[in-house]
Amino acid sequence: MTYLLQQALNALQLGSIYALIALGYTMVYGILTMINFAHGDLFMVGAFLCFVAATYLKLSFVPSLLLSMAGVALLGVVIEKWAYKPLRQAPRVSAIITALGVGIFLENFTLALCPYPKHIPPLIAHEMWSFGGVSISSLQILIILLSILLMILLDFIVRRTMVGMAMRAISWDKTIVPLMGVPVDRVISITFAIGTSLGGAAGVMYGLAYPVIDPYMGIMVGWKAFISAVVGGIGNIRGAMIGGFILGGVEILVAAFLPSTYRDFVAFAFLLVLLIFRPYGILGKPHPQKV
Amino acid sequence: MPLLESRNLTHYFDGLCAVSDFNLDVEPGEIVGIIGPNGAGKTTVFNLFTGVYRATGGSVLFDGSEIVGRTPSEITSLGIARTFQNIRLFKELSVLDNVRVAHYAQVRYNAIEALLQIGRYRAEEKRVTDRAMDLLAAFRLEDHAEEPAGNLPYGMQRRLEMARALATGPRLLLLDEPAAGMNPNEIVQLMDLIQWIRKSFGLTILLIEHQMRLVMGICERLKVLDFGATIAEGLPRDIQNHPKVLEAYLGEEVSP
Repeated sequence: MTYLLQQALNALQLGSIYALIALGYTMVYGILTMINFAHGDLFMVGAFLCFVAATYLKLSFVPSLLLSMAGVALLGVVIEKWAYKPLRQAPRVSAIITALGVGIFLENFTLALCPYPKHIPPLIAHEMWSFGGVSISSLQILIILLSILLMILLDFIVRRTMVGMAMRAISWDKTIVPLMGVPVDRVISITFAIGTSLGGAAGVMYGLAYPVIDPYMGIMVGWKAFISAVVGGIGNIRGAMIGGFILGGVEILVAAFLPSTYRDFVAFAFLLVLLIFRPYGILGKPHPQKV
Repeated sequence: MPLLESRNLTHYFDGLCAVSDFNLDVEPGEIVGIIGPNGAGKTTVFNLFTGVYRATGGSVLFDGSEIVGRTPSEITSLGIARTFQNIRLFKELSVLDNVRVAHYAQVRYNAIEALLQIGRYRAEEKRVTDRAMDLLAAFRLEDHAEEPAGNLPYGMQRRLEMARALATGPRLLLLDEPAAGMNPNEIVQLMDLIQWIRKSFGLTILLIEHQMRLVMGICERLKVLDFGATIAEGLPRDIQNHPKVLEAYLGEEVSP
């Protein structure tokens, strides 16, 4: 029983990181119906910015986190303006190929600057508490609480502010939203800024949990988060949160009861099977195409 | 001074001339109708006026300033709003949110105020919600405010589209076939509704319509298009018997 509780806690930690990254995929998809395959690499940039902030600027945790989030948000907005916006009228596949290209660029650009893996210094005082055999670290508590806080903030923005309402309207019918007096390009920029900054925050937390970072760390984590977004129903914000925690749970369960090399194979098999039975994901709804 | 002046407005789609030399002056407070057979270019004219398409040539002055080349959201903020031939509501959003989102350009609060729920955030949200509810009440939709817009019956969706257009605070309202799919009884009600919104919102109205009962009933002036060109214009009763109009609708008369 304590073993299960311990694993549940680990699942919550991993799941909240997946969920934060998945939100970036799902928000961009919701508003532009495109998959930003560079998002996993933006997560990696977040971890590297945290490394720079902590090592060279000697900043503490909160300023490092804010700097990473702001830096990644800026990068996300610039990428959208320069790489994706010119392709908005182009076939979807062009934008997706561009996104893959942007991702490879980010990986190799970072590799050129930092050829060797880096080590993020511990920004959080390490403490362990034990409750009847279940041990919990200060870092775990921080990751889980901070992720949940960010998700609550996002949910509030999307449901309770004009920008959020405009995002939902754009995801339903982009062509007529400008006729409501909404500057669509600005709302798209804001969406990118928010979505990528959550990825940056996830990069910081992942880097604190697994302090050795390298330019390719975003690839597999990015794929997993993408699966989370699809499992939850791509385009659906609450779906991405649920999907992240489900995938975190599946992975930890596999690692707990099966050889750990099975982990990724089971995660991807899970996606394949789920899509057969629920092609639109858990919270997704089919959008019938007019013929 | 006319509220809207269109001068030699012309639009091509890859060599196909959809609208040619469209000239129209609309005076404040008027209801002007644009009629013509299917494919005559009527909706294209609306798309040019609202910036959905950028005109190939010509000019459109709204309240004295050029709007050709401006973005749809800028034109909307200047005071032109429209409805659509095939209803285009945000069907997953609630009825209330459909009207609230159209207030976007009028809201004054920033991200920090929204996130911390301080400053202007609450007051502005309340103001927008109150205004949206007033509009819904004016269109007898207030009891459905929380329902998804897609669940409303057809006639209510038409009214909601008008309420949403009015929420952007227009001076000129463009109605694209407002009576489409309505029975004669509903058309009479719609005529009253259009007259009423013109008076109570101080609007100028330009409408596209096929229903002659509505066009003859409320339009003060008519413009007839066929194949992108203006074939007639004038008072409704003159248009009704205009030979070119009869020809466009019914075909050429065969001389015995």
